Amino acid sequence: MRDKKKMQTIKVPGKNNKHKVLMYAISTCVWCKRAKKFLTENNIEYEYVDVDVCNREDRDKIREAILSRGGRLSYPTVIVDDRSLITGFNEGQLREVLEI
Amino acid sequence: MITLEKVRRRAESDAKSHGYFLNPDAESLKNLLEGLQKNEERYGYPSCPCRLASRKFEFDRDIICPCDYRDPDVQEYGYCYCALYVRKDVFEGKTSVLPIPERRPFQKQIRSYAASGEGVAEKPSEATTVVTEKPSKIILKMWYCKQCGYVCFREEPPYVCPICKAKREMFAEITIHSDNHK
Ligand code: SF4
Repeated sequence: MRDKKKMQTIKVPGKNNKHKVLMYAISTCVWCKRAKKFLTENNIEYEYVDVDVCNREDRDKIREAILSRGGRLSYPTVIVDDRSLITGFNEGQLREVLEI
Repeated sequence: MITLEKVRRRAESDAKSHGYFLNPDAESLKNLLEGLQKNEERYGYPSCPCRLASRKFEFDRDIICPCDYRDPDVQEYGYCYCALYVRKDVFEGKTSVLPIPERRPFQKQIRSYAASGEGVAEKPSEATTVVTEKPSKIILKMWYCKQCGYVCFREEPPYVCPICKAKREMFAEITIHSDNHK
């Protein structure tokens, strides 16, 4: 059963679920792969969407979600707690926002 | 279907001809080559693994690997946006590889959203290779390299001439005058 309105995200469980972490990624992107690995290795619970396999409607939503938060259309883009947006795999910034 | 070996050989020979090297980290290199292979399979052309493709050739031509942004990025940072192509000092581990800012203009990025077709592109048909999409807002022009005479047909001149390596400034637009006043 697929809810047409809701975008499909993939949840990666982790012990640290203090923050709500959402990553927009590209399935073939090496920086996105590193960012995913970084979160997993640090036991951070997160959800991600691979934008390249999304349909147009979801791509539009993602574009809006990024631009409305002042982000750029580069991947990975990580949104923490619906507020902080981090463009690219920026380990320092991720550590700071995630308090790790 | 294109093999990974072919993708690797193509990248190797391109690196060699430009005096570049491929990423020395075996895992990153494998991921990048697989990404290119996947994109070639699903879109019909090897678009950049780290950028969102529109699935339409005309909109993606600047990010077909090696992309238009490779040479200026290698020059400025020592490696391309994905770090597939690297400079000698990076290859030798003297310069580390960290993410670099996106050089592709926003106006081109945004097309990957508006232009992307419906549906999921996991299993594309051969039709994705067609170049006959409506040109919409793209205006192609003819450019020639004043240094070597290389001619290309695209929106903007390349950053660097692929033949003689002359800079973008060496490109001039070719305008065709039709002689219909007689
Ligand atoms: S950034 Fe590197 S890997 Fe990506 S398309 Fe450009 S040259 Fe190829």
